[in-house]
Amino acid sequence: MESVAYSYGEELLSGLDISISQGSFYFLTGPSGSGKTTFLKMCYGSLIPTSGKLSVFGKNSSGWSRDEIAYLRRKIGVVHQDCQFLDHLNVADNIALPIRVSARNSLSDSVNLKELLNWVGLSHRSKALPPELSGGERQRAALARAIIMSPDVILADEPTGNIDWEMSQRLIRLLIELNHMGKTVVIATHDLNLIRFTKASVQARVLRISNKTIQLAGSDL
Amino acid sequence: MASLKNILLPDRYVNQVVPTNGFTTLLTFFTSAAMAFLIVFSLAMSFAADRLAQSWSDSLANSATLRVSAPLADLESQTEAALNVLSNTKGIESFRLLKTEEQQALLEPWFGPKVPISNLPMPRLISIEEDENGYDRVGLRLRLAAEVPSAVLDDHTRWREPLVKAAYRIWFLGWLSIGLVFFIVISMMSLVTRAALSSNKKVIEVLRLVGATDQYIAAAFVRKFAFRAFFGSMLGAFAASMTLFLLPSEADQTVILAGLRLEGFEWSWLIVVPLSFFVFTFLTARIASLSILRSLT
Repeated sequence: MESVAYSYGEELLSGLDISISQGSFYFLTGPSGSGKTTFLKMCYGSLIPTSGKLSVFGKNSSGWSRDEIAYLRRKIGVVHQDCQFLDHLNVADNIALPIRVSARNSLSDSVNLKELLNWVGLSHRSKALPPELSGGERQRAALARAIIMSPDVILADEPTGNIDWEMSQRLIRLLIELNHMGKTVVIATHDLNLIRFTKASVQARVLRISNKTIQLAGSDL
Repeated sequence: MASLKNILLPDRYVNQVVPTNGFTTLLTFFTSAAMAFLIVFSLAMSFAADRLAQSWSDSLANSATLRVSAPLADLESQTEAALNVLSNTKGIESFRLLKTEEQQALLEPWFGPKVPISNLPMPRLISIEEDENGYDRVGLRLRLAAEVPSAVLDDHTRWREPLVKAAYRIWFLGWLSIGLVFFIVISMMSLVTRAALSSNKKVIEVLRLVGATDQYIAAAFVRKFAFRAFFGSMLGAFAASMTLFLLPSEADQTVILAGLRLEGFEWSWLIVVPLSFFVFTFLTARIASLSILRSLT
C-alpha cells in the first residue's frame, strides 16, 4: 500500500503505507469503527481504495476487473466474524464451495476435504447445516473454507469475536500452524489477550489503526 | 462458452448453490406451461387459417360463372350465343351450362327444397374453368358486351379476395399472438430473475467471497430458470397437443373450432416451442442476472 485512502463520503483511512511480506503474521488492532474491516476488505478486493496505490500479488487494484477480483479471492482465504455460509448446504459442501466455484478436480479435492474436516475437528459435523453449529464450530468451518484452496494469505476479521477463550485459543493455534506452513496471516482484533497468547508461539507483528492511519505498534503488547 | 457448459452439463453443485425453495421456480414452471399452451394454440390457428386461405384461393382462383339474364323469350338464344363466345375464347379449359336441378340446389338454402324455379324468371348459369394460362378477362367482357349484352361474367374476385384477406389476417393475428406471448415470457423471466437475485443477496455475497465469478453465479440462477421453463413449456405443449387432438375434425363443419389442428411437419413445433422457451429464458435470465450482478457491489 502506498498513500492508500478510503472514504465512505467521509474519509475513514488515509496515507496508508505498508507492505506485508509473504509468510508473516500480523495483528490489526484499533478501536471499533477505526477501519480494520475496511482495511481487510481492500486487501481482498471487496473495496477499492479511493486514492493511493494498492498492489496485491503484484497487481495494482486500479486495474482489477470483476473476474480478476474473483480469482484474487481464490488466493486469499477470508474468515469473517459472522461467518457467512449457505444455510441450505451442509458443512462439508460449504467448506468445499471455493473448490466448486473454481471448477477444480473434485476427486482429489474430496480427499483434501476429509483431511481438512479432521484438522479443524469437524469430521463428525460434516453433514450438519450451518445453523446447527456452535459459534466455535462455525469459526472453524469458516477457517476450513478459507484455506481449502491453499491460499497464500489468510485474512481473519474478528475471528474470535463470538467464541469463548478456549475456542479462541484452539482457532488461533490452527492459524499459527498455517503460518508455520508459510501462509501469511492477518487478523483484525481488539483482543489483547489473544495477541499476547499468539506472540508466545509465533513472531507476530501488530499494526494499529488510529487517526485514520496505520502504524506498527511497539513490542509492549 | 464456460457459462453454457455450466448450464448444460450436469453439475450437482451449480444446482445446489441456489436454494430451490421460493415462488420463482414454481412461477417459472407454471407460467411457461400456460404460455406454451397458448403458443401451440396460436400456431394451430395460424396454420389452419393459412390452409383455409390457400384452399379458398385455389378453389376459386381458376373458375368463373357467366350469368345470362335475358327476358324469357330471348333467354335460350342469348345462352346459345354466350356458349358460342366461350367456345371461341382462348384460355378456357371447359365450360358447362348448369342444369335446372343444379340451380335449384344452389337456391335451396334460401328458398327451401321444393320451390318450382322452372316457373320463375331465373337466369341461366354457365360454369367456366380456365386453363393454366388463363383467359383475357377484359377481352371476354368486351366480346360478351357486344354479342351477349345480357351476360355478366363473375370471376369470383369480389368473393375470393375478402375471404383470403380475412384468412391471412387470422394467420397474422396468430403469429402476432405468438410474438406477444414470447414478449410476456421475456418480461416475466426478467422480473423473476430480478426477484430471485434480490431474495438471494446473501447467497451471492457468500459465492463472491469464495471467489465465484459473475458468470458462475449467473449460471447457477440461469440454469434453474432455463430448465424450469423448458419442462414447464413441454408440459404446456403436450397439454395443448392433447386438446387439439380431442377437437372435432374438419369434416364436422357444424362445430366451432373444427379443423383447428396441426398437420404433418407442423407437429414438429411441439419440440420447437419448448426449445425456444429454453433459449429465450436462458438468454433473458443470463442478460438480466449479469446486469444485476454488475450493479451489486
